[in-house]
Amino acid sequence: MGTLLAVTVGGLVAAAVYLMLQRDMLRFLFGLTLISNAANLLIFSAGQLTAGRPPLVPEGAKAPDPGVANALPQALVLTAVVIGFGLFAFSLVLTLRAYTNLGTLRTDDMRVAEPLGDDVKA
Amino acid sequence: MSWFLVFPLMAPFATAVLSFLYRQRDSGRWIAVTGSLLAVLAALALMVQVLNQGVVVGQMGNWPAPYGITLAADRLSAMMVLLTAISGLAVSLYAAGEVDTTLEVLGFHSLMQILLGGVTGAFLTGDLFNLYVWFEVMLIASFGLQIMGGRPEQIDGAVKYVTLNLVSTVVFLSGIGLLYGVTGTLNMADLRSAVAASDRQGLIAVISMFFLIAFGMKAAAFPLFFWLPASYHTPTHTVSAVFAGLLTKVGVYSLFRVFTLIFDQDTGLAQPILLWVAGLTMVTGVLGAIAQTELRRILSYQIISSIGFLLLGLALSTPLAIAGAIFYLMHNIIVKVALFLTAGVMARLAGGEDLRRIGGLYKTAPALGVLFLITGFSLAGFPPLSGFWGKVLLVKASLASEAWILTAAVLVVGLLTIYSMTTIWAEAFWKNHPDDRDPALADLGDKRGVLLTPIVGLCVLSLGLGLFPQPFITFAEAAAAQLLAPDAYVAAVLGGSGP
Repeated sequence: MGTLLAVTVGGLVAAAVYLMLQRDMLRFLFGLTLISNAANLLIFSAGQLTAGRPPLVPEGAKAPDPGVANALPQALVLTAVVIGFGLFAFSLVLTLRAYTNLGTLRTDDMRVAEPLGDDVKA
Repeated sequence: MSWFLVFPLMAPFATAVLSFLYRQRDSGRWIAVTGSLLAVLAALALMVQVLNQGVVVGQMGNWPAPYGITLAADRLSAMMVLLTAISGLAVSLYAAGEVDTTLEVLGFHSLMQILLGGVTGAFLTGDLFNLYVWFEVMLIASFGLQIMGGRPEQIDGAVKYVTLNLVSTVVFLSGIGLLYGVTGTLNMADLRSAVAASDRQGLIAVISMFFLIAFGMKAAAFPLFFWLPASYHTPTHTVSAVFAGLLTKVGVYSLFRVFTLIFDQDTGLAQPILLWVAGLTMVTGVLGAIAQTELRRILSYQIISSIGFLLLGLALSTPLAIAGAIFYLMHNIIVKVALFLTAGVMARLAGGEDLRRIGGLYKTAPALGVLFLITGFSLAGFPPLSGFWGKVLLVKASLASEAWILTAAVLVVGLLTIYSMTTIWAEAFWKNHPDDRDPALADLGDKRGVLLTPIVGLCVLSLGLGLFPQPFITFAEAAAAQLLAPDAYVAAVLGGSGP
């Protein structure tokens, strides 16, 4: 199970980096979604995965049986998913605004804030 | 639970809610100013408490560390919280004069307070995942402030700012996940012993690089700074000022915290990298500043350059170097906020920010010239202004560490900073205005008071820091000693639940 997750995370990161290196905002955003999901899976696997052993404390005991998965990373992933969703929604709207205001999604053509060739003019 | 830690956090968030409710009326902006004043008082109280008691610790919800979320303040944290509150007060006063009602109705002041709250939280937390959450609070508020107004430059700048900061966030999050996987804890004080005790030091060295990259990106360190000059000159001056003063410094603070508290056993890998990064950051920053002709774009590159000085202190990692960096941090936050606000007034009077199209300010607004002289030349490190002492300490420390090339870099960068500040002085103040305009401070009308008071206040602070540096240097030395011997911090966090 750990190996499978490791391969998945690796594949996601590779695809994400490929997408993010394209000079297009929308592809960059898709890449960003993939890489943040890769990070979430990474945290998830850091807490160890054990099939069929829920991390519940048996009646009368004070701690769960040893060998169960750690539940904390799942809480962390939950927080990260929520935050990631908010940021992704913001970026999506920003991309839309960039397209309507700047007329392009190619990052090479976005030079309004840092215009080229301005220094030559006296 | 210590209330001293909670008040500096509660003040901005309560103010955010109140000023959002009253955003349609004039009272909204004055609520923000009052709330910022309360935050300064809360930060002062925390500072007094830290000076008397040492490390102040609070366990949220009374869950004992390392299981709950810890808030902790040592001298560095308390200092950063105080500087955040002071910058917050200055910019919220300035905002009352600069920001127009359309932005106020959208909730400008509450976003600003949320940003300040996020920054304060990042300085106070003692838990790595909680630090990530504060980073996000800060980021989302800064995104909103960056695009408020919706001009095409702002959107363009925001695209670069948002995307690169999100990448650094993912790197930070991955680092946290991996570190938890290796050590099983996220409490920073607990991580110190867990990292030292771990038998997988190679893996830990790799994880420390995740943090170096993530925080280095936030701090705008050498190869990762490109988002900063692309965006910082586009939003309103109020927003630029608070970004310039605080956001990159959160990255620097996190680097200081993580590399002195958690990853300090293995200096073999991080230290040479940090030395190179520090040197290249200061040099590229100042060279970029020289190449620019717009006020805020020059100042943005100067931010990068001063990040280099701060990282140099961490890279040398001697008590003197860290003390120098902490003193420089105090000076830099105050001066950067003041400079960006001054640039706002200059642009308003002269009708633009491009140095080729403005001028004549000295003739008609000499008082503004004095204010710019104090902060601009303090940044350049003129004695006896505040920037001088920080640089003296850093030069002394790098000489003592026999880092000759870096010493030379510090001095050359200082010289080039003087050049870049004199360019602004000559072009904006001495030269006649190309359109024969005679801008005067009276043009500001009834907004003169709110626009100039924060600049004057920050200039007075900077002068105080420069003319009476000894108590501040002593403070910085004590703060550095705390950072380099974190056992007191660890004991305070893990020892028991606070008062």
